[in-house]
Amino acid sequence: MGKTTIAIMGNPNSGKTTLFNKLTGSNQHVGNWPGVTVDRKTGQIIYASQSVDVVDLPGIYSLSPYTQEEIIAREFVLSDELDGILNIVDATNIERNLYLTMQLIALGLPMIIALNFIDDCRAQGIKIDCNAMSEALGVRVIPISARRGENMQELLEAVTGTLKKPARQPTYLHGVGAAIRQVAGLLEPLPLRRASLPFYACKLLEGDTHAYQSVAMPDQIRHEVSHIALGLCSHQNATDNQMIIADALYDFIEGVVRKSYIRPEKHTLTPTERIDRIVMNKWLALPIFALIMCVMFLTTFGAPGSLLMDMLDGLIQGKLSPLVETLLVNAGASDWAIGLVCDGVIGGVGGVVSFLPQIIILFFFLSILEDTGYLARIAFIMDTLLRKIGLSGKSFVPMLMGFGCTTPAVMAARTMENEKDRRMTIMLTPFMSCGAKLPVYALFAGAFFPDHAGIVTISLYVLGIFMAILAGFLLKKTVFRGVSSGFVLELPTYRLPTFKGTIRNMWVRAKDFLTKAGTIIFLMSVLIWLLQNFTLSFTVAENSADSILGQFGQTLAPVFAPLGFGSWEAAVSLLAGLVAKEAVVSTLSVLFGVGGDSTMLSSILANSFTPLAGYCFLVFILLYMPCMSAFATIKREMGGWRWAFGSALFQIGLAWLAAFVIHTIGSIILL
Amino acid sequence: MKTIANLKPGQSGIVRKLTAQGAVKQRFLDMGITRGVSVTLERRAPFGDPLAVRLRGYSLSLRKEEAQKICLEDWT
Repeated sequence: MGKTTIAIMGNPNSGKTTLFNKLTGSNQHVGNWPGVTVDRKTGQIIYASQSVDVVDLPGIYSLSPYTQEEIIAREFVLSDELDGILNIVDATNIERNLYLTMQLIALGLPMIIALNFIDDCRAQGIKIDCNAMSEALGVRVIPISARRGENMQELLEAVTGTLKKPARQPTYLHGVGAAIRQVAGLLEPLPLRRASLPFYACKLLEGDTHAYQSVAMPDQIRHEVSHIALGLCSHQNATDNQMIIADALYDFIEGVVRKSYIRPEKHTLTPTERIDRIVMNKWLALPIFALIMCVMFLTTFGAPGSLLMDMLDGLIQGKLSPLVETLLVNAGASDWAIGLVCDGVIGGVGGVVSFLPQIIILFFFLSILEDTGYLARIAFIMDTLLRKIGLSGKSFVPMLMGFGCTTPAVMAARTMENEKDRRMTIMLTPFMSCGAKLPVYALFAGAFFPDHAGIVTISLYVLGIFMAILAGFLLKKTVFRGVSSGFVLELPTYRLPTFKGTIRNMWVRAKDFLTKAGTIIFLMSVLIWLLQNFTLSFTVAENSADSILGQFGQTLAPVFAPLGFGSWEAAVSLLAGLVAKEAVVSTLSVLFGVGGDSTMLSSILANSFTPLAGYCFLVFILLYMPCMSAFATIKREMGGWRWAFGSALFQIGLAWLAAFVIHTIGSIILL
Repeated sequence: MKTIANLKPGQSGIVRKLTAQGAVKQRFLDMGITRGVSVTLERRAPFGDPLAVRLRGYSLSLRKEEAQKICLEDWT
């Protein structure tokens, strides 16, 4: 027998990712926003010398092909890769969670239910008879608390040992069960997995178009299936089978719940309801929301963040750089090698690494917002406003993430089921000024507007949002004409973020950032230093303008002349910014030959740009196409180069135009 | 016909039928909005839309135009 592969499946917010981490010990992102897990993640359970491969499927509400996650999950469970299902069920939200369970049972695969948040149930006074539930569902039910690691032993034993027996098919009332059996019987000669015939039958009866497309039925069978479907429909006093089947599933679930699940007699408000009474209060919701956003923004970009940043910067430039230089001089290294290491590498990478504190703080907040469940409330509060520019409340989260980093933000848009909304969100997210652009703002604002640096930086953030609104209007009227999507969003139970989960999140981000700085930006720094110090004939350049980079920059520079920054250094740094936005700063410092000395860089900049040109440069940086990693993500999420290049050109065009307008108007005013 | 959009915060109703079609309807059903289920309007968002409703022991957010597609029994 080959390797066993099982899938962890469950609703969003059911603690699926936490369980996956507990079982496999792998590092992963845990969140409360419906559908954080969008990639296929695999791990391995090793228990009692048994090993089982586990796939963490995206959190879904059903197997209808409605969202991308559902399509991914559905295709995977119908493939032959899968040997069993570990279905995680949120015990505090039992009925809706069991709806997915019923669909999974129809797949006829070996299955176990992990009944999660059993600790919360105890706290709420809910009593669950797991044996009765197992009996009623025909699937083994194991109560657990993934967060606390409760009952993990039993679950591990079950997953590695007894996950062999297929679930028993339930008997649905109102003729639904009979209709499913009849259709399943008709499908028997077709090349489908036999065990999963009830699932196909159910979907065909519902009139699910995906099922009709994927099941190649001869005409005769097709006729008989539609005959049964029509019979079911007319048999009942209802309009369609979609509803009849959902009713039958929920009827069955209610029966299971009656037999095994006792809610406390006296109805008390759940903690979530009580928190929502305050946090979502008509009058308090907006102030609380604004306050949270302010605290988040000020802590990240204000004093605490910049203090840590300065400390790290001082450590690298003040201690590390001279130390390395001394070591190299003592080792007898040549001048160019010392230049490469100290100016090129330490200057380039060091300048970027000093951003680590801010990125960690930002992701600390985002992670907490996600894990507590407040992020969905933000979507609820912001929906009306975002709808005006053709987006939905669900876009707020990707947009907010965009202030941190465009790459994960674009990926977060996958939770949006409406294609148009999703594409539009992806195209507009880069206008949210990402964290990596901040060093550029800080440098220029400090150099040109030392007394108003804060206002200048904020004005750029506001301009980005304004341009997103404008672009939103534009796209809505042109590329994305049509109706806006629905907004059926779960407001999940508030949960305390776990210390481990938050730290893990921050660590993943920090690692991402450091590896990026360590690899791409290291290579870029070396490359740019080389290109800048050698001419086209590979001799050492006497001055930077003769270098390869200088030549290329000079060719490109005239394009930016109307925007006020037609120097080749500016052009080259913008090119470097395509690799990573923070590289603009390191490139400028390498090009101006100041190593990592930011004070000197500021004074050089102040001499080579006018303040207006400096501001226009920042406007261009704000709006032009995102870095390569974000671009590659956009390509993947949009499903093609055409969209990726289209949105990149759109962004570059808009950036050029905005900078041009500001420069022209600014020049007239300043005259 | 009375719909969820007609409820005042704190009021409940029993779902009678759905006038939505296709994907939206399927999503309603997936989320447990089926015939006979009791739905309570918790609150409206600060700008009046969307709505937050509570059913089957959890909270769900719907836009007004979607809530208008969920018809309720008249007697409540």
